[in-house]
Amino acid sequence: MSSAAHTSSETSQDLLLSLAGVTKRFGPLVANDAIDLTVHKGEIVALLGENGAGKTTLMNILFGHYVADEGTVTVAGRDGDLEQLEPGAPQAALDAGIGMVHQHFTLAENLTGLDNIVLGTEPIFRLRRDRSTARAKLGELMAGSGLNVDLDQPVHKLTVGEKQRVEILKALYRDARLLVLDEPTAVLTPQEADSLFAILRKLAATGLAVIIIAHKLAEVLAVSHRIAVLRGGAKVGEMKTSDANHKSIAELMVGREVPASRRTPREAGKPVITLADVIIDRGDSRRSLHGVNVTAREGEILGIAGVSGNGQAALAQLIAGLDKPDSGTVEIFGETITKFDAHTFAQNGIARIPEDRHHDGMVGSMTVAENIAIEDVRSPEYQKLGFLDFDAIRTRAEHAIADYDVRCPGPDAPARLLSGGNIQKLILARVLEKSPKLILANQPSRGLDVGAQSEVHRRLLEARQGGAAVILISEDLDELLTISDQIAVIHAGHITPAMPTDSIDRSELGLMMAGQKAAPHAPDGTTTTKPGETA
Amino acid sequence: MIRFEPRSNPGPLLVYGVPVLAATIAILLAAIPLALAGAPIIEAYGLMISGAFGSVFSTSEMLTRATPLILTGLAAAIAFRAKLWNIGAEGQLYMGAMAAVAVGSGVIDGPSWVMIPVVIIAGMAAGALMLIGPTLLKTRLGVDEVVTTLLLNFIVLLFVQMMLEGALKDPMSMGWPQSEPIIDSAAFPALLERMRVHIGLLIALVSAIALAIFVKRTVWGFEIRAVGENAAAAKFSGISVTKTMILVAALSGGLAGLAGVSEVAGTRGYLATDLSPGYGYAGIVVAMLARLSPIGVIASALFVASVFVGADSMSRAIGVSSYLADLIVAMALLCVLIGGFLTRFRVHFDRKSAQG
Repeated sequence: MSSAAHTSSETSQDLLLSLAGVTKRFGPLVANDAIDLTVHKGEIVALLGENGAGKTTLMNILFGHYVADEGTVTVAGRDGDLEQLEPGAPQAALDAGIGMVHQHFTLAENLTGLDNIVLGTEPIFRLRRDRSTARAKLGELMAGSGLNVDLDQPVHKLTVGEKQRVEILKALYRDARLLVLDEPTAVLTPQEADSLFAILRKLAATGLAVIIIAHKLAEVLAVSHRIAVLRGGAKVGEMKTSDANHKSIAELMVGREVPASRRTPREAGKPVITLADVIIDRGDSRRSLHGVNVTAREGEILGIAGVSGNGQAALAQLIAGLDKPDSGTVEIFGETITKFDAHTFAQNGIARIPEDRHHDGMVGSMTVAENIAIEDVRSPEYQKLGFLDFDAIRTRAEHAIADYDVRCPGPDAPARLLSGGNIQKLILARVLEKSPKLILANQPSRGLDVGAQSEVHRRLLEARQGGAAVILISEDLDELLTISDQIAVIHAGHITPAMPTDSIDRSELGLMMAGQKAAPHAPDGTTTTKPGETA
Repeated sequence: MIRFEPRSNPGPLLVYGVPVLAATIAILLAAIPLALAGAPIIEAYGLMISGAFGSVFSTSEMLTRATPLILTGLAAAIAFRAKLWNIGAEGQLYMGAMAAVAVGSGVIDGPSWVMIPVVIIAGMAAGALMLIGPTLLKTRLGVDEVVTTLLLNFIVLLFVQMMLEGALKDPMSMGWPQSEPIIDSAAFPALLERMRVHIGLLIALVSAIALAIFVKRTVWGFEIRAVGENAAAAKFSGISVTKTMILVAALSGGLAGLAGVSEVAGTRGYLATDLSPGYGYAGIVVAMLARLSPIGVIASALFVASVFVGADSMSRAIGVSSYLADLIVAMALLCVLIGGFLTRFRVHFDRKSAQG
């Protein structure tokens, strides 16, 4: 994605929203410090910032969930006159035509898309449901924007991208004139993200104003007209997208230079893990592997590229010790594994970074210290006669917090208070501290901001330098091409032979991810999938 | 949904204050049904207080009532902590009582320091087994334990009835369906002369403290908390969810069984089908009022017992229905649940802002 030049219609009579001097304090914390922001009709504004920069607070003020301590929010009425929005009144924001698409969708899973969209707009007492008007309106919206989705399917049958379309339609159906999208691409595949951007551009062309809250730079450069950067609660920069470049924005966001992740050449050593003809059949292509061969070596990062839902989950479960193969063998350090058990794996030098760090990576109500020690509480270091040694657990946590820069109130704070990036640092601290021989990193930087992402990469590269084998499962091609030594592609439960990263052509990789191109035959037999199986 | 999750640690004032406030409000709300029944309100409250605390005897009665409630409250608290929804404490209590009677009514005899532990172990083991079965069905086959444990209560009660008409029937009972009495060496000694309160109370208090330490300080307690709060993360980290659940089942069922032992060997002296007026179910309320805290269970069991004993004695004195006690306890539970929700909601509101 490149920063294409955009034309934005920036005349003052097109002004739709203006935030002036908005300040919000929470105790000693200044979440928003005199922020000014304007949005015009037909304009896509990207609101950039790291976690904790104040983006969400600002949007909560816009929606009336919080009342600003200082400053005003003005919105142009439908006749074009600017009127101050009543503070602290969500209904006023809705009436003014402000629509929000949350990162975590707010849809009733058992209802159809249409049900979800009209929910709350119909009178409660009615004799008969007449939805032909709703359908006609939605048909028009879909035709005009390309937001195509089967509205008669129950929502739980829709893909993530389709659910998001339902959310956007929901806002548009309520005549939104300003659409706010919170991290819209965090859950999307690259293809889905591209089609979302195409839709947003079309919508903007019809006069809709859009605010995208984001921290992925490339996407923002591709879709927005203007970029506003927040850091530490203050607006630290604003520019036309056409004048912006990747590096300068990253530095503006982080407030310091962001070290580029770079591999230093290194000879790969002995195989650490070898999967031979592994078959896992769970009757569902997302969770099945159909005879895969994978080898990861000491001092090597093996990237597994693929579109989500092609068997990555099965591969990760297997290497994490949570599932066992139906047939085929798994060798770790030359020994065939017979006992697939997460505890044994964790205790034998396998570091496991889960895909869903909130769901699988931490127990929110337990403390930071307990979460760091969770894999090892049974080891003699942290317990005596069954009683936990809280001093040892806390000491370890203190070291981890310092070494990995985990931002938290302290080792005894509940882990749920941590932001996504800090949870990931906590998990890194938990598993990397033990000098693992094999690291399974499943989407390790998904949803993280630039700074945290570069930190994850640095840690993985450091472990590689120290001789660990890393299996990096990722949907982010930039990430894979930056830090992997070899890349294999997973598609429909098949994995291609690994290819050296330097020899890989990006577009070919894309075709292989889509299953349209077989991998070249690898010179090394151990990593070869039988020809034909990859098609 | 996610946006309503608690985001911060509520302060100690909220944690301890809200249940106390809720209990107080519930007692004050009891004035409404009292007024509707035409009772003199102030006098009724006075009678309730004196009924529960007015004399050594009434306090002893209240503590006797609190003893099984502490134990069944602990049984519910530990199970619910691990999200094992044990609704079968009533059945486990009866199984515990029956096991205590089976070994403690003359089959074997010995000194008290042998016999009391023997009946306790037998009762706890029986209660534990009663819950391990449904727990295995849950972990292996995904059978809903709410249904199985609830239905087992009725099965156990019928089984007890059958046994009391048959193998366990006391030949000296003149035809009443009751068991032979617990022999003296296995009976729980009274704490005060001529009073009913017995060492079961001490056992219950020690159990609460031990359970609190167990949950907070031991490896198993750690694993129970982890599995209860986030089973997926616990499993990912290598904790065996099945083993942890079975441990919880053994503890929870064992504590409910212990309540049965305490009732049969301490309070009643023999087993009959009216041994428990629903202590197993009341334990759920006790645990919820205590927010699943073992130490809190002591306080909430004392509260529930005082309301029951006080309302009982008040209703006899001025002739209103003793169901008022159930009403107060139910209202206290509702107040605690509402209070808990409001606390979390408000705290969350602050948190979300701080994250910005």
